[in-house]
Order: sequence, then C-alpha cells, then structure tokens
Amino acid sequence: MPPSFTVDLEAGFRGLIEAAGLSPAASRLIWLPLPMLLVLVAAVVGVLVTVWLERKISAAAQQRIGPEYAGALGILQPMADGLKLLVKEDVIPARADGLLFTLGPVLVVVPVILSWLIVPFGQHLLISNVGIGIFLWIALSSVQPIGLLMSGYASNNKYSLLGGLRAAAQSISYEIPLALAVLAVVMMSNSLSTVDIVDQQSGAGILSWNIWRQPVGFLVFWICALAECERLPFDLPEAEEELVAGYQTEYAGMKFALFYLGSYINLVLSALLVTVLYLGGWGFPLPVEWLASLLGQNIDAPLVQVVSATLGIVMTVLKAYLLVFTAILLRWTVPRVRIDQLLDFGWKFLLPIALVNLLATAALKLAFPAVFGG
Amino acid sequence: MPPLADLTELIVFVLLAAGVVVGSLGVVLLPNVVYSAFLLGGVFLSVAGLYLLLNASFIAAAQVLIYVGAVNVLILFAIMLVNKREPMADAPGLGLRRLLSSGVCAGLLWLLLRVAYTTPWATPGPTPLGEDAVVRLGEHFFTDYLLPFELASVLLLMAMIGAIVLARRDVFASDIGTGEAADQGLIEKARSPLLIEKTRP
Repeated sequence: MPPSFTVDLEAGFRGLIEAAGLSPAASRLIWLPLPMLLVLVAAVVGVLVTVWLERKISAAAQQRIGPEYAGALGILQPMADGLKLLVKEDVIPARADGLLFTLGPVLVVVPVILSWLIVPFGQHLLISNVGIGIFLWIALSSVQPIGLLMSGYASNNKYSLLGGLRAAAQSISYEIPLALAVLAVVMMSNSLSTVDIVDQQSGAGILSWNIWRQPVGFLVFWICALAECERLPFDLPEAEEELVAGYQTEYAGMKFALFYLGSYINLVLSALLVTVLYLGGWGFPLPVEWLASLLGQNIDAPLVQVVSATLGIVMTVLKAYLLVFTAILLRWTVPRVRIDQLLDFGWKFLLPIALVNLLATAALKLAFPAVFGG
Repeated sequence: MPPLADLTELIVFVLLAAGVVVGSLGVVLLPNVVYSAFLLGGVFLSVAGLYLLLNASFIAAAQVLIYVGAVNVLILFAIMLVNKREPMADAPGLGLRRLLSSGVCAGLLWLLLRVAYTTPWATPGPTPLGEDAVVRLGEHFFTDYLLPFELASVLLLMAMIGAIVLARRDVFASDIGTGEAADQGLIEKARSPLLIEKTRP
C-alpha cells in the first residue's frame, strides 16, 4: 500500500485483475466501460429521483397528494412512466422527414450524457479528468440546439418549427453569460479542470466555497443553466398555451422519452456543475482534514479515506439535489416570461452583468491574489 | 504504445476522414439545403474529432463550440426562418455552371495534392503539448499573435455593427421613391381592431 492512500478505484480494480494474471492492456480494456456504465446508471437513477421529486413537490405546491399507489409514497411512479413510454407506439407522422425526425432526439440526448464525463464526485471519482474539463461541457452543450432545430424542422409542423427556433435562440443567447460566469471561476482557479476547480475551493470548508467570492457569477450561472435546461420560467420552447408542446409536439413513445430524459439529465447535470463550480463540489462544510485531526485519526489511513470519499459523494449529491429542489419549486411558483422579455433579459441584463463580474474578478485577482487565486 | 491503441487510432482516423469527405460531398451535392446544413455540422464535428486524434483537445472543443454551436446553428436558423420546402428552380445555363465549378474544384484539388506531395513534411511532427496547450495558446495570443488576434476582433465588431445597421430599418426611415418619411414602426403601432367596423352598419 502506498504511504498516502487515496480512493482510486481504477488502480484498485486493475491491480486486482492483473493479480489474477491478465496483462495491463487487457485490464485497462475491462476497466474502461465500467465507469461509463456506472455514470449512465447514476444519471438515469438521478432522473428517476428527480421525476418523483417533481411530481411530489408539484403536488405539494398545489395542495394535492401526488402519486401514492406505485410503491411507498409513489416512489415507483417514474418507473411506471418510463415503462409506459417504452411500450407506446412509435409514431412518425406521414409528411415528416423520417431520418431527421429520428436523429433529432438522439442529438439532444448524446451531448448531455457525454458531459457527465467531467462531473467529479471525489478526487479520483470521475470518468476522466480532462484538462479542458468545464470548457468541454460548454462546447458539448452548444451542440444541443442543432438537435432541437432538427426535430422542429423534421416534424413538419408549425408549432414544432417555432418551438425549435425558440429553443435555438434561447440556447445561444444564454450560452454567452453562462460561459462568462464560468470564465470568472476558471480565472480564479487557474485551470479548466473540474477537479482543480474543486480543489481550489477546499481548505476552509464552507468559507472557501466560490459562492462567497462569486455571488453574482453564481446567480448568473444558475439563471442561465435554468434557461439552458428550458425550465420554467424559461420554458418558452415548449410553452403549452402557445405552442402545444413546441418541438416535442409530434413525438411519441421512446423518442419523446429521449427528450424527457435529456431535459431531466440536463437539469441534474446543471445542478451538479453549480455544485462543482460554486458550492465546493465534494467538500464537506467543515474541512475533513480538521475533522480527522479532531478525532485523532490519520487522514491518509485507508478507513478514513473511504469514509471521506463516501462523505464526498453524499455531499455532492446532496448539494445538487438541493439545487434541483429549488428549480422544481421555481417551476411551480413563478409564471413564464414572454419571448421578448426572455431575450431582453439575456442580452441586455445578464450579459453586461456577467461581463462586469468577469472584469471585477480580474481586478480583485490582481489586487488580492491570496484570496482570489493568484 | 500498444498495438491495440494504434489500431483503434487508425480505425477512428479512417472513420473520421471518411466522415469529412463524404459529408462535404453531401453538403455540396445534395439538392435539399437543410440536409446540406445538417451535414455541414457533421463535417465540423468530424474535423473536431481529427483535432482530438492529434491530441489538440482545446482546439477540438473550440471547433465544436464555434463552428457547430455558433456558425452551423446560425446557418440552420437562417434557413429555417425562410422555410421554403419547394425545390429550387434550375438556373439558366446550369450545365455550363456545373462544368465550370467542377473544373475550378478539380484544379484546386490538383493544386492541394501537388502541395501535399511536394512539401517535405517533417514526420513525425513535434510532440503534442497535451494539457499545457491552453497556456501556450494564451501566451501566443498575447505576445507574437496579438495583432492578428485584435484585428480579428475588430473585424467581428465591424460585422456586428453592419448586421445591426441592416437589421434596424429605422436607419432608412425615408421612402426611396417619394423621399418622404416612411413609417417603419410596425410593431409599436397601435392596431385598430377589425371587428368594430363590421358591427357598425
């Protein structure tokens, strides 16, 4: 065992396989799909939980009970929803463009799932610590509007086309303040990697989280993330009263389920990224090192490491679901904005604010390099 | 490098290269302009994949962000705003035009092939920087490539102002024929309800 033990599942797993007599290349080949599968399962389970929360919280907001017969407290209701969508007939409208109609939902979901690549749950608990980390997410999320435009166009339906156009306009408008908010955080941590961004926020527990140094950036990022996920108050592309269901109007069965899944995966992903960027990622509100020394434990001891890694995963998920809860509560309490208000808000308010925030961060970084990451 | 990685790299390269070539042929040759635009997005993505193969991950992500996420989305946006589904009518002298353009393209291809075969390429190239590439790019942007970088931003600013001038029609608020001021404020103008006049008689 190395002197400073850290939870590194890859090294452990591959060591186990190589001890059984396989070559390093083979062990790598066996290891590679495992984290991807794990994250895919985590994403889908995250969506099921979010759908259940959405149903329960919306019911509470409207003084109903919500699902209660499928499992305890209706916890199996999302599964029933999924199963229903799975066995529904897959309808392609007669005058629609079959190829683009099928490809559209796929192009919406794939970038979102790929972005889970960079979400860290612990120092080594992520699929790949790519150096361009958060930039990869911004790039991938800009592919999504193409899928929306594609499905809007291929449906051969005016509502769908309008919804697709709205989705693309909204997505490219809010991408810019989003990227500027991320840039301010990146400037403070001197790295695009999500692991480095979290590491820079560790040290003094809750006091060193980015939310205290970037309050404006946090708000801008969260608003833009909600707009990117097309959540109310920004769900213009699928505004029921105006556009039936926007680009989803003609979709049924599994293709509709892909849109549904994609939007909820995106919501959970956005919450996780807010956690990573502003709420200290896997960090506990009190520094784990300090807690360990208080309890008289060596921080490098294997058991302490396992406990702190578990604590990290729990903290990440807890913070993310707190944000998901606020998003759901917002959805069921605030009215929808108009399309001109939405674009005005994005271009004339959020963009200047994000720019000023970036400049202020740069100035503060030059003035107080110790606090704002020199 | 183990042979498995080499083989994977080769297969991925062949797939991406085929994607670029077939995709761009489709962009040029397909009669439906919407398909062309979507295929263009595919070509940009394949080029990003090629950058990724060359260990230039930042360039690859920038390619996806700028070309797929901005340029291609804007092209699609423009096409769909003027959503005309009927096929375009043949322009006069189409055969001659096609002949001329294919001649120009073939000449360009020949030129590029000639350059590719006569240049003494330094293979293997310099070792990839990997994650340090971002820092090096930033250094170059603010030292020896500062002037082109700033000029490009000025060019983009000019293009943006031009687009705003064209889009804001109140700049040309006088009628070209008569010279009197034209009412362009269609959106702000109060509309008289249609039903009142019908119920009056």
